[in-house]
Amino acid sequence: MSGAPGDVRPARRGALAQSWQRLVAMFVKEFIQLRRDRPTFAMIVGIPLIQLLLFGYAINTDPKHLPTAILTSDDSPIPRAIVGALRATDYFDIKYVAKGEADADALILSNKALFVIQMPPDFSRRLVRGERPTLLIVADATDPTASSGAIAAALGAANQALDRELTGPLAALAQGPPPFELQVQRRYNPAGETRRNIVPGLIGTILTMTMLIYTALSVTREIERGTMEALLAMPVKPVEIMLGKITPYVVVGGVQMATILIVASFLFHVPIVGSLLVLVPLTLLFIIANLSLGYTLSTVAVNQLQAIQMTFFFFLPSMLLSGFLFPFYGMPVWAQYIGEALPLTHYLRIVRSVMLKGSGFVDLAADAGALALFTLVAMSIAVMRFRQTLD
Amino acid sequence: MTAAPETPASGNAIEVSGLTKVFGTRTVVDNLSLRVRRGHIQGFLGPNGSGKTTTIRMLCGLLTPDAGEGRCLGYDIRTEQAEIKRRVGYMTQGFSLYRDLTIRENLEFVARIYGLEAPEAAAQAALERLGLGARASQLAGELSGGWKQRLALGACILPGPSLLLLDEPTAGVDPKARRDFWDEIHHLANEGLTVLVSTHYMDEAERCHEIAYILEGKLLVSGTIDDIVASAGLTTYVVTGEGLDALSSELRHATGVDMVARFGAALHVGGRDAAAMKAIAQSHASATQSWAHDKATLEDVFIDLMTRNHRSGQ
Ligand SMILES: Nc1ncnc2c1ncn2[C@@H]1O[C@H](COP(=O)(O)OP(=O)(O)OP(=O)(O)O)[C@@H](O)[C@H]1O
Ligand SMILES: [Mg+2]
Repeated sequence: MSGAPGDVRPARRGALAQSWQRLVAMFVKEFIQLRRDRPTFAMIVGIPLIQLLLFGYAINTDPKHLPTAILTSDDSPIPRAIVGALRATDYFDIKYVAKGEADADALILSNKALFVIQMPPDFSRRLVRGERPTLLIVADATDPTASSGAIAAALGAANQALDRELTGPLAALAQGPPPFELQVQRRYNPAGETRRNIVPGLIGTILTMTMLIYTALSVTREIERGTMEALLAMPVKPVEIMLGKITPYVVVGGVQMATILIVASFLFHVPIVGSLLVLVPLTLLFIIANLSLGYTLSTVAVNQLQAIQMTFFFFLPSMLLSGFLFPFYGMPVWAQYIGEALPLTHYLRIVRSVMLKGSGFVDLAADAGALALFTLVAMSIAVMRFRQTLD
Repeated sequence: MTAAPETPASGNAIEVSGLTKVFGTRTVVDNLSLRVRRGHIQGFLGPNGSGKTTTIRMLCGLLTPDAGEGRCLGYDIRTEQAEIKRRVGYMTQGFSLYRDLTIRENLEFVARIYGLEAPEAAAQAALERLGLGARASQLAGELSGGWKQRLALGACILPGPSLLLLDEPTAGVDPKARRDFWDEIHHLANEGLTVLVSTHYMDEAERCHEIAYILEGKLLVSGTIDDIVASAGLTTYVVTGEGLDALSSELRHATGVDMVARFGAALHVGGRDAAAMKAIAQSHASATQSWAHDKATLEDVFIDLMTRNHRSGQ
């Protein structure tokens, strides 16, 4: 009936292969458990989607018809064409013609106008000469979400207007860079978060939240279900347990990332200027950093409730001090120091730079390095903290 | 293939001395020494909270002893836990496999963790041996108590351990299943496995080669059943008839009587002073109550041990 234990032991693999196999064992086990855990499984796709839609639409006000003042004494066709084009974007509602700079300032200070579009008196003349005169847009950036969409629309509109105007002998000017220089002067909030900052920021926030929770529960769950005792009695090492528990959620994180990116680009029309080949690996790194942190919390927490409380304790500063809600460089220095220690801070820089500016690996090396360092430290603490006995 | 000293010179699979474990201010295991011969089945008895589980956990490296030392399969329990874990199958008191994994998945998990060459095949073989083939894809959490125990034992012996530590493996299992379970344990011991098994059942204790009895963390007696019964020196009478309840309360504090215990329709009365016991028996025997001299049972001895320690502890 029985096999032959005792002296005749079943064949075993070599030491390294055994370690790999233990890792696979943990991975397979965790993955099956994850698959069977229907509520969690539903949350994997559901939570990021709901959060993105909720926050995305709630925060993403893109107001139009904003009160605008014009300040110029140049009454030639070109400035008129530009003003016409700006009006046509629907963002700018030209309500005032300022009589001078003092008048323009007063309009903004009194909240009558959110923008002043300013062109020097000799704008047309200098433009035709190819001197690239300045088209200045002064924006009241106290509410960056209100002004940023308009500013983004302004450049394109002005350009197009000129393309139509610059014909005949001036056609050469329509080629190449715009024949004028667009300057945006954001008043009161120079960091000027743009509307497009919000959605990339949400990617980071949502991933932080979900990833932390997943692994934060992993060790305490084994303790509370009574399976830890058997697991600890088996010849499995803390590193193997950790990696085996983290890896399935990297896959989960990947699915969430894809969901969010697809929604972001199709529903919120956030462009991805940079390469996905940069964004995806760095996002995975960020996911791993959060999973490691969650796992570390899990080794410190005594039960699942405590683990959840710890994740919230970590989540709040992440929201506040990472540059998600407030411009990072607007914070006091001590807060910036705390912020630098948070993975979300570095990821926000990464995701915003890649999606909006098209940055590459080289530009982001410092932030990627910070994430890697964070992961390493968290994992080391977790392995050291992991209680191999029941003492 | 197996490295290092599986069989120590003494031929003992377990050899520990002075084991002590303190939780807070409570000494839960107190200076405990134990030897288990290779291939033997060692019963481990003691009332609830006496420190059985704690002792077993120290043996397999799950708890660090506060004092004492020892070896399991020749490996130091303080420094060589990793080696011990590879060779010991520990069946926990509560079910500790994954309830949300199927039977097969649980067994494959164990096979992989122990680094077996062919985990799927090993799991399949274990399924067939356990008679669980038909239920292979049932979730472990959905099994009845008896089948859970069977699965847990199967998972323990799957990697081919040299020592089994079974913590109350048959608690809540029906008599037939208990019998099968013990047949399996004897079968394994015949093949050379050493088994340390804790239990509250006397019939199971009687199927062990040797037993150890622990009370409040202290090892009170150990040895074969015959040795233990003999060394207790109890003179026992089995009383049947009427008025046993009244007799029981009368004798409980009588001088010369050390042990009174009800077994079904009979009352066991015992004492270490044979002459005094004989006198009590003769004075009480009547038409409605028969007093028959009988060999003390293991349970008589344990009840005596418990009462004695209870009294001395006060
Ligand atoms: N981790 C712990 N911390 C504090 N006290 C503990 C711990 N583990 C066990 N104890 C205490 O140690 C004592 C012995 O417990 P143990 O589980 O070893 O007894 P046992 O003989 O296995 O009992 P049972 O027959 O009920 O299983 C109990 O009083 C228990 O409350
Ligand atoms: Mg116990």
